[in-house]
Amino acid sequence: MLRIEGLAKLTGAERYVDDEPIGDALWGMTVRSNAARGVIRSIEFDPAVDWSGFTIVTPDDLPGPNAVHHIECDQPILAATETRHIGEALVLLAHEDRDTLRDAVRRVRVKIDPLPPALDFREPPTAEQVQRGRDNVFTELCIDKGDVDAAFEGAAHIVEGVYETGAQEHLYIEPQGMIAWVDDAGVVCCKGSMQCPYYVVAALTHALERTPDRVRVIQTPTGGGFGGKEDYPSVLALHAALLAMKANRPVRIIYDRDEDMLATTKRHPCLTRHRTAVDANGKLLAQDIDVVMDGGAYLTLSPVVLSRGIIHGAGPYACPNVRIRGRAVLTNTTPFGAFRGFGAPQTHFANERHMDAVAGAIGMDPVEIRRINIIRDGDSTATGQVINDGTDRVAILDSAIERSRYHDLLREHESFNATSPDKRRGVGLAFFHHGAGFTGAGEVYLSSIVHVVGRPDGSVEVRAASTEMGQGKETVFTQIVSSRLGIDPARMTIATPDSARVPDSGPTVASRTTMVVGRLLERACDDLRTIIGAENAQGDALHTAISRWCESNPGAEPVGQAQYQPPPGVHWDDKTYKGDAYGTYTWAAYIADIEIDLRTFTASVRAFTAVQEVGAVVNPTLASGQVQGGVVQAIGWALMEDCLWQDGAMANSQLTNYIIPTSDDVPHIDVVFVENPYEYGGKGSKGLGELPMDGPAPAIANAISNALRLDANRIPLTPERIFSLINNAQTA
Amino acid sequence: MLAGDPALTPIAGGTDLLVHWPGNTDARTRDYLDLSRLRPSQSEIRWDDDAVTLGAMTTYWDVVTDKRFREHFPILIDAARQVGAVQIQTRGTWAGNICNASPVADGVPVLMALGASVELRSAAGAESIPLDRFYTGYRQTRRQPDQLVTSITIPRHQRTTQFFEKVGSRRAQAITKVGVAVTHHNETGWRVVANAMAPVIIRCANVETLLSSISPIRTPDDLLPAIDADMTPITDIRSTAPYRRTVFAQILFHALRQRNLRVSVDAR
Amino acid sequence: MPKPPEQPTTSITCTINGQSVTMDIDPAWRLLDLLRDHLGLTGAKEGCGEGECGACTVRIDGLPANSCLVLAVQAHGRDIDTVESLDPESLDHLHGSGATQCGACTPGVVMTADWIRNNPETLEHDTIRSLMAGNLCRCTGYDGIIDGVRLSIERDANTGAKPCAS
Repeated sequence: MLRIEGLAKLTGAERYVDDEPIGDALWGMTVRSNAARGVIRSIEFDPAVDWSGFTIVTPDDLPGPNAVHHIECDQPILAATETRHIGEALVLLAHEDRDTLRDAVRRVRVKIDPLPPALDFREPPTAEQVQRGRDNVFTELCIDKGDVDAAFEGAAHIVEGVYETGAQEHLYIEPQGMIAWVDDAGVVCCKGSMQCPYYVVAALTHALERTPDRVRVIQTPTGGGFGGKEDYPSVLALHAALLAMKANRPVRIIYDRDEDMLATTKRHPCLTRHRTAVDANGKLLAQDIDVVMDGGAYLTLSPVVLSRGIIHGAGPYACPNVRIRGRAVLTNTTPFGAFRGFGAPQTHFANERHMDAVAGAIGMDPVEIRRINIIRDGDSTATGQVINDGTDRVAILDSAIERSRYHDLLREHESFNATSPDKRRGVGLAFFHHGAGFTGAGEVYLSSIVHVVGRPDGSVEVRAASTEMGQGKETVFTQIVSSRLGIDPARMTIATPDSARVPDSGPTVASRTTMVVGRLLERACDDLRTIIGAENAQGDALHTAISRWCESNPGAEPVGQAQYQPPPGVHWDDKTYKGDAYGTYTWAAYIADIEIDLRTFTASVRAFTAVQEVGAVVNPTLASGQVQGGVVQAIGWALMEDCLWQDGAMANSQLTNYIIPTSDDVPHIDVVFVENPYEYGGKGSKGLGELPMDGPAPAIANAISNALRLDANRIPLTPERIFSLINNAQTA
Repeated sequence: MLAGDPALTPIAGGTDLLVHWPGNTDARTRDYLDLSRLRPSQSEIRWDDDAVTLGAMTTYWDVVTDKRFREHFPILIDAARQVGAVQIQTRGTWAGNICNASPVADGVPVLMALGASVELRSAAGAESIPLDRFYTGYRQTRRQPDQLVTSITIPRHQRTTQFFEKVGSRRAQAITKVGVAVTHHNETGWRVVANAMAPVIIRCANVETLLSSISPIRTPDDLLPAIDADMTPITDIRSTAPYRRTVFAQILFHALRQRNLRVSVDAR
Repeated sequence: MPKPPEQPTTSITCTINGQSVTMDIDPAWRLLDLLRDHLGLTGAKEGCGEGECGACTVRIDGLPANSCLVLAVQAHGRDIDTVESLDPESLDHLHGSGATQCGACTPGVVMTADWIRNNPETLEHDTIRSLMAGNLCRCTGYDGIIDGVRLSIERDANTGAKPCAS
């Protein structure tokens, strides 16, 4: 099925939040902190400005708690007494004229007495830098399997390594935007670019001290999310709503690109230490892993990012003894948040680089060391989850190796490198996995609901809170429902995610939408049939049965409902971090073929092969597109996307200076799917969206390490970093 | 008009001036002289026997699509194709690039390497200034506020050697981190112009002297003393000083070697 | 209602999507502002305001340009084409190849893609990838876009069809 909203997007007819006519809305903007940490002494409004035309919101105007509801409530809506990062929101302004408003933002002077900021997450804070607990640690988690310390005794080989990944900016092409207003019934309404309408509902009800029926959140077509519009829209919605409530007029906030880059969340930077014991044959005996993540100034989603990071941290391998310790720490940086992969790209980078390091240390082929250690059915993961999904993981590895001509390339590159005066080529591999859906009891906690509703004209409407942000939800939901009900897609619609009309089917994150919500839609379709007494009806017969039911029940509508039920036999212990972390996993092998220009130290990807098993593939074009997009986004993270920090703020917050790949920077991405339908996923699917983010960076770093015979253990591997690597090796 | 209002800023393609326009209150409250209405007359390219003259409104794309440049001045096409992307090339003008005086301009080095000069006109008269004498300091040129660049003249000397090497942070839409434009003419000798290596785009006199000499050049390192004498690259948001220095030497060395120029035959 | 300009205005006359338009504008407007805020042509998007992302790509006298870097006054006397001028049927190949996901970059992509298709001689010295490099996309990884452009060019070559007038 072609992308349902594809033509609207191609013709420019699709309307994003900034495309809405301005109407009588005011523009809103934010006065921000220019100190990494300090005590806010005063806010002064330049007397040369006529402030009477402005709506002003300061912390004193807040009707309820000054807190953005995430997992904790440590982040203020507007910093009141203390600021904890540059770019933190302090004061909100609204005005009819956008230019006047921009100018006015600069004329609000906030006096801040600086305090010593904690700026390096890798170093323990000094006493005066402590702002949380005794050591600035947000969260600490531990996975413990077997007896790691005993296993190290007498191990044939022990290999250590340190790996580091940098922050990453989402760079959705549509910047953040939100419009808020108070409707005639006094309901506070927000519409805008977002992934999770019900997260925004939670933030509004908490801060405004209202019940959910007194707020309304609507998702507008969203131009990219990648996690960057998972938690941040709660902040933006609160800002717009507060201004709208005070002004008694709609308020529209659209971030400029550099403001978006400066002030919103990014991927957690991560430092991982590995210590691994293997036997004489390369079989894993013990993995001892330490993970530290930079959480930025507030907790946001750090505990969950850390959680997923450590759960994936030992890779898709069978190892009897595993210890993974993880910490997320506070620094006076813009808070880090959700980003596609959500901790797993960081830890997979480390683990897959380390697997190559171990292979190198013991003189083993990187493919072989993986082949002998890959989890087989019956083996258990680091959390003790026994895998039994029938996926032939070794075949995935072999398929990637064969299709990419991995061994041929290795040989060809060896000859090439021996004779080329100014280029080096290498090939690298990553084998990895990604748990689909929310971790552990997360899906049970979410308890998602969907409705599939019959309309009087016999057509069907799907009501779910899942949002389309390019990943194809609109199309996949249409496929699932139309095929389950046996109807023409033209006889069904998918309701706009509007909290006044759709139930909470959970956030659009965690690669859960097709799998979890899709499965719920199938069950809701079945429920609809039951309600209208048309168990086996399809097509016209079904439409007729719906109409008939509506006629017989005037004023009512048949609502087929389904609520989440966990798959049987999934048990997770949140206290001990043991058990079945996810209902199912996806598996992949990625191969990167790279070339380094020794004149300029630039690494480029010549070819890329991505082989994965993601359950059943519901829509091949959309699924390939997700893989290709994720791979290219990860290539950017690996090679060119560098967040340059100055006092905890992004110094290169301009598109000119934050470099993402253009079409000319990447090759064709070769995508292969291996299918193994998952019983509990919509149309047999497993989650797909994030998996492609986990593999490219380590595959590329392995390829660069292969090409240069050096250890490329830190990304981004910009030309300047490769230059340093080579230089340091030469002087050593 | 310019004579009457020295603060008036001429605008051609706008690809530099309009960057971050909404947030740039200073820029938006200035007065501008819109030169774009002077196309097509001012974008004319005139080919004479001894020179090519680019009208002031000639864009990068005008050159890219003019087959005569492929034959006679491929270095201009090389540079033009690497400015931003197509959308920038269709609007950006060579004259605008010259007057904007950015240390990372891509049009300036190749024009300077070709020995180009700019013609300036004011109510008081006209003058012609060789481009390699046009810059007086960081973002400062010899253009007086009441002057407009009306054309760029490029002598049609027999420069059989001409190349342009640009190193950006990616293959397109990239600001130059390290760049060099080189030409050689049998009579007038070498011109080596560095880009992004100094506050001003400059001819590298010491490197030119080295290339004119018979001193052996066997590795990129052999170029370093001359490079160090000519420029001190900086570390900034885009790159580092050591990287720039090393890469400049290497791209120059390899470009010469590739063309069998000046580099000793036994070089590895 | 969008606010009419308060500052000294200037009048321009140009052709937009084939129609002659005369209007008073604020000289501080960019072409992007004129199109989006004052003519309701919201296809062109503001992705960066610095001419990097290409989401604002329109055609000026037939050539692709970033409308965020053009003053509205500079549109005077010019032919401006936006994505709204394209025949939707000419976009079939981009639809089928997966050229659009979130859609934010798409109008800009389409304008450049359509231009390449109608000017295949540009491929004598450039590749589709290099000509599309001024349109950043974060969702597709570019394959869907490149495939769609290539397919449309191949189809035109095979059928001898004239590319769609736009």
